[in-house]
Amino acid sequence: MPTATVNRLLRSSLLEALTYPHGVDRYVELVRPLLVKREVRAEVTAVRRQTPKSVTLTLRPNVNWRGIRAGQFVGLSVEIDGVRETRPYSPAGSAQAADGTIELTVSTHPEGKVSRHLRDHAQPGMIVGLTQAQGEFVLPEARPERVLLLSGGSGITPVMAMLRTLCDEGLADTGEIGFLNYARSPELALYGAELEGLAERHRGLSVARGFTRGGSGSLSGRFRREHLRAVGVEHGEAASFVCGPPALIDAVRSVWAQDGLPEPAVETFTPTVLSLDTAAAVGTVSFKASGREAANSGLVLLEQAEDAGLTPDHGCRMGICNTCSCRKTAGTVRNVLTGAVSSAGEEQIRICVSVPVGDVALDL
Amino acid sequence: MPTATPTLTPAQLDDFGSELDAIRTRVMADLGERDATYIKKVIRAQRGLEVAGRGLLWASFLPPAWLAGTAALSLSKILDNMEIGHNVMHGQYDWMKEPALDGKTFEWDTACPAEQWRHSHNYMHHTYTNIQGKDRDIGYAILRMSEDEPWRPYYLGNPIYATLLAVFFQYGVALHDLETERIAEGTWNLNEKRTMLADMWRKVRGQTLKDYVLFPALSGPAFPLTIAGNATANLVRNLWAFTIIFCGHFPDGTHEFTKEQTENETRGEWYYRQQLGSANLTGGKWFHILAGNLSHQIEHHLFPDIPAHRYAEISVEVRAISERYGIPYNTGPLHRQFGTVVRKIVKLALPPREWVGRRVGRVLPTVLRPALGSLLRRGSADAARDTPAPVAAEAHAEVRPKELVAA
Repeated sequence: MPTATVNRLLRSSLLEALTYPHGVDRYVELVRPLLVKREVRAEVTAVRRQTPKSVTLTLRPNVNWRGIRAGQFVGLSVEIDGVRETRPYSPAGSAQAADGTIELTVSTHPEGKVSRHLRDHAQPGMIVGLTQAQGEFVLPEARPERVLLLSGGSGITPVMAMLRTLCDEGLADTGEIGFLNYARSPELALYGAELEGLAERHRGLSVARGFTRGGSGSLSGRFRREHLRAVGVEHGEAASFVCGPPALIDAVRSVWAQDGLPEPAVETFTPTVLSLDTAAAVGTVSFKASGREAANSGLVLLEQAEDAGLTPDHGCRMGICNTCSCRKTAGTVRNVLTGAVSSAGEEQIRICVSVPVGDVALDL
Repeated sequence: MPTATPTLTPAQLDDFGSELDAIRTRVMADLGERDATYIKKVIRAQRGLEVAGRGLLWASFLPPAWLAGTAALSLSKILDNMEIGHNVMHGQYDWMKEPALDGKTFEWDTACPAEQWRHSHNYMHHTYTNIQGKDRDIGYAILRMSEDEPWRPYYLGNPIYATLLAVFFQYGVALHDLETERIAEGTWNLNEKRTMLADMWRKVRGQTLKDYVLFPALSGPAFPLTIAGNATANLVRNLWAFTIIFCGHFPDGTHEFTKEQTENETRGEWYYRQQLGSANLTGGKWFHILAGNLSHQIEHHLFPDIPAHRYAEISVEVRAISERYGIPYNTGPLHRQFGTVVRKIVKLALPPREWVGRRVGRVLPTVLRPALGSLLRRGSADAARDTPAPVAAEAHAEVRPKELVAA
């Protein structure tokens, strides 16, 4: 049967009524996990290991995937020891990829449960869960003429997606693109050969790379103002995107600030160390659905819920994946990343990055 | 009359609680692949049985297909409700972070909306287990299952109501959270229950449409046979679930508690009440799976959110701990435990001796009284011999943790 017919059939209300109350997906997934109609899932079609500390996956998403804008991230779920773990990763592929695949380069961390699992177990045929693409770290729809892409370590992936997209769209020939990338060493640098190839083929693209712990690149040491000259794109006139560890982001921000320029677009996947004033915490946190209550400890609500013996859904614990999103029924919270204080009414909040300002009630 | 109950000091009850807490902590930390694989296997079996059952009933004009289809569908509904639905809704698999197995959103193949079940069962019944006036699972507000429930002539129908409840169990469960007994008390308010009724209507409509309209329609001319097969599967599940569930808290030897006894309970006392209020069933592996492991009712009430397939191994330790503290551990084969339940249903249909005595004194000549009196005395002596554990109010002194403490 043609795929379109199967998909239409699976979405018929008759089949839904016949499989009530579980729904069609709960039967179909046992035979064909990718055929589910409500969830985005993907099959791993290729696995390669560019560096000793990373694994690059090519994913073929099912029909529920709504596509991605270059720079966005997805939540990727795999089951490890019975637990479905979800982590955010920024695909590195072009948003214009003709075959509709997603390329993910996952850098492994010594403590990283998911990254190590993928490094050791990912193989073609493996099925993973995905969220739709999320995030505001994206190329503007009206593409800028001049673009500066700065990245460090595993932060290369979203800007790589931007660069590949700009190349596919021809803007790397007509415009000016500067690409600065930092890695610890040439062995650990991602996409090195491809970057050089792209730079040769696209006359508007200039690539400069540096290695912070040995190995010689066109840039020496960590990011400095002088490094911008290596790519020859005037940073005051370029749309700039920075992704990497906090130190890189801070260094770039301070140069931009010294020059009186608006903040560049930034993204970091390293959890910022939160300094919370737990001594000044007041009020009570009520977990309405479970009937529990606890004195506000000043920690983020996710931790307060866990301390109260609850096990709320969560993913990244850094305010990006929205897995922990939960209805606040009363009270005010402060976002620890932005410092923004919420309204007092009912709203969805990400409890991993929200601390109560006085009494708060959650539908948990 | 009652069996000896332990004399435990508050410190002993605390220790008892700590030992059970230690089991809980250890098992929770150990949950992983094995448990995930187990529940997925059960779900795969249930979905397989369901599809096979529906398929065979599609060809229900062939008698062997009807029989096999009905059997497969019955098993599917039993697994769905007991080992999967009931247990998943307790949050036993929430640690898997698998949205399809999320205790808060799971739905099951029965008339009762999962949301209402989570309230009436997970919260009310499991928190207030066997506390008179709080645990509405004592008799489900229909039956007289406790001598503390004052007898009324209505209860003469106890065995009939129990039979009807068994046959229509899924609807009984569905109506449970409506608290319709409060209509008679005049405290029931339709407006409060409107959302609940709407949810029930939606759920019952979905279930009815599937079992009694759509699948029969797909069978064409054989639709009456498919209806019969689906109805039989629902009935088999109802009878089985009723039997297992009634063996959880009503067999002889299970204890009841009063609100006063359980005020300011410590964790140890809570465990103690859960254990004394519950009864286990012995049996083989498949029996336990089909019972949703509610055959380990004691362990289930001690650890409602530990994956139920772990109860069998936990029960060895719980039993050993109970023995050390001298706390009764009520267990037995299905026929014996259910036998005592049936006897209780019948016995409690009849008025207590005092009640009869009062009425008889008023209406019958004095000559008849001694004869009738001795007859009733003999009946209750039999019952006392067979009933080792206290259920009546006057027996509570023996099971009251606080008083034991004082003793």
